[in-house]
Amino acid sequence: MAIDLFYFFVFPGLIFAAITGAFLSWFDRKITARVQFRKGPPLLQPFYDFFKLLLVKETILPKMGSPVVFLLAPVFSVFGATMAGVFILLPLFNITTGFRGDLLVIFYLLTIPSFSYIIGSLASGNPLASVGASREMKLIISYELTFLLVIAGIIMKAGQLFDLNSIISIQQAGTPFIGSLSGVLLFIAGIFCLQAKLGLVPFDMAEAETEITEGMFIDYSGSAYAMIKLTKYIMLFILPAFIVALFMNGFRLEGINILWAILKIIVVVLLLTLIRNTNPRVKIKQAVKFFAIWMNLIAVIAIVLIAFGY
Amino acid sequence: MSKKTLIPIGPYHPLQEEPELFKLYCDGEIVRDIKWETGYNHRGIEKLSESKTYDQVFFLVERICGICSTSHPFAFANAVEEIIGVEVTDRAKYIRSIIGELERIHSHLLWVGLAGHFLGYNTVFMWAWKYREPVLDLFEMITGNRNSYAMFRVGGVRRDIDESKIPEIQSVLDGLKTKTDLLAGAVMDDPVIHARTKGVGILTKQDILDYAAVGPTARASGVAIDVRKDDPYAAYPLVNWKVITAEAGDVFAKAEVRLLEMYESVSIIEQCLKGLQKSAGQDIALKIKEIPEGMGMGRAEAPRGEVFHCVFSDGSNSPARHKIRAPSYVNIATFKKACIGQTIADATISLAAVDPCYCCTERMAVAYDSKSGKRLMNARELTELSFQRTSEIKNKLI
Repeated sequence: MAIDLFYFFVFPGLIFAAITGAFLSWFDRKITARVQFRKGPPLLQPFYDFFKLLLVKETILPKMGSPVVFLLAPVFSVFGATMAGVFILLPLFNITTGFRGDLLVIFYLLTIPSFSYIIGSLASGNPLASVGASREMKLIISYELTFLLVIAGIIMKAGQLFDLNSIISIQQAGTPFIGSLSGVLLFIAGIFCLQAKLGLVPFDMAEAETEITEGMFIDYSGSAYAMIKLTKYIMLFILPAFIVALFMNGFRLEGINILWAILKIIVVVLLLTLIRNTNPRVKIKQAVKFFAIWMNLIAVIAIVLIAFGY
Repeated sequence: MSKKTLIPIGPYHPLQEEPELFKLYCDGEIVRDIKWETGYNHRGIEKLSESKTYDQVFFLVERICGICSTSHPFAFANAVEEIIGVEVTDRAKYIRSIIGELERIHSHLLWVGLAGHFLGYNTVFMWAWKYREPVLDLFEMITGNRNSYAMFRVGGVRRDIDESKIPEIQSVLDGLKTKTDLLAGAVMDDPVIHARTKGVGILTKQDILDYAAVGPTARASGVAIDVRKDDPYAAYPLVNWKVITAEAGDVFAKAEVRLLEMYESVSIIEQCLKGLQKSAGQDIALKIKEIPEGMGMGRAEAPRGEVFHCVFSDGSNSPARHKIRAPSYVNIATFKKACIGQTIADATISLAAVDPCYCCTERMAVAYDSKSGKRLMNARELTELSFQRTSEIKNKLI
């Protein structure tokens, strides 16, 4: 029991994932700034942002709508993300859970933040938030199938194994899954799903600043918004970690390999950052089409290739 | 009719730097109707102008718009010179045109950046604004100011461009050409930008004529309207250049027209620099002793379209009446045509595509009763109305 709470709140759960995610968020912002000829924020900027929102700024409640749901939704999103984080990170750090179906649980848990955002923003009663929520809903419907196909592909590659521990150990014994044609295709589809899950350009239409002024999060302020920021930090770490576990044989935690582990995460985050800085935002219709046709097609082709042993 | 949601753009919104209010009545994501309200920004410049001398009015009209800040003095100078009936020296014409075209370049670069920002493409935003920086430095070198250049006066310009500065201007222009190539490549060839801007916010030729739209907004729909050609002024008849038009009328066409116009502007400036070398030794300003009675109309092609100034002089040292029409005044109205039936995502970029400038647009209307000829609302009544409204809102809040 105590060890479970430790897993959840300290390592590799809430505190560890949030701190790592905050540093990754700094990295993302710094790279963005360098790409755009700017200087970028100092290393601790994500922490300043978070603690300012949490401790200093007042939380304003919307007059319309339900304040309880409005305030609980960000908390749920943090817990959902942390829970998913624990399931993703425990196998990565070689802690065996003995849980044989964690891949599917992770898949479900990863959708909780998005659903919490939708519920919270709808509870605010703001028309801009409702536009954002409807966009997010459409986006979830479109990318979730692709994401499931990617996971299905990985399960097939691993030989019908549903747990992350064995998937990592299979890759560490043989070659990483990204080293094959089908793996590369699945990786491409997976990266775009990550982009949509994290709400980064070109799939940030749910919070499009210049269209609907941060959409879903328009009415959030103070500590409630701090919780959303926290979720975003956690997601920015655990999703790349998940991709590393699925495609790049996870972490090995001895000697020089620790450096490799860090490098892998950074490469994935760098890829996401570069995609977000070299594309304009697409319309929701185009995003749905992109996932429903192209990404699903790529994932299905990859699965067919796997079936033929490529 | 199903129930519509009101999506407000404004009064303060990240899409626009200035206060304005567009009410989009939406059915889901589709915009069904719009209403727009301005009036947050009215400064009474036309009235102020009547209390200033002709020399001071230049500094006043320069502050109508921060971005196209030379087009207003340009048009005002044209208007006043029409009253007097003088023509400035060739050298002054060249200098005026150089300033006007440099402004067009910096304004179009600014627009490209903002358009990128509105599409969520912040890299283009930052890059375009970085490339705009040398142009502003050039302004500082030539005029002493990065913005609001204070170059114009009745009968000429205030500062000369030295022979020694020409190579440096030329080198900045050369650098600008390569940077524009890069930017044009990034914008014109990006498939995602195509997907976002092609076929969006289309204005047909007829729409342009109906709304009397001007500038790049009109030229992107195939209407070759350009004051520099239609009513030549300054050095524009002395140099070779062509009016850029596109046919499609969508947001992409507007971007294309603006990007290609930057190349034209660079070529105009290069020819003007040669003209400066030819006209060395000429005066840069005529000595104007007094402004006779009369009316003068001046037009200038601002980066956003035609700026129109009409000045009545009663022979005193300040205008008796000064009427200004800025291009955004007609261009913003086309937004209604462009956005109805589009999604919210498209509506915002079609609004941005006309490059609206609200502080140019603000007008005050005075209503007269058609029968008695009496003024309907005077200052006191308006103030009382405002108090009444405020107390109503207060009561509602309490």
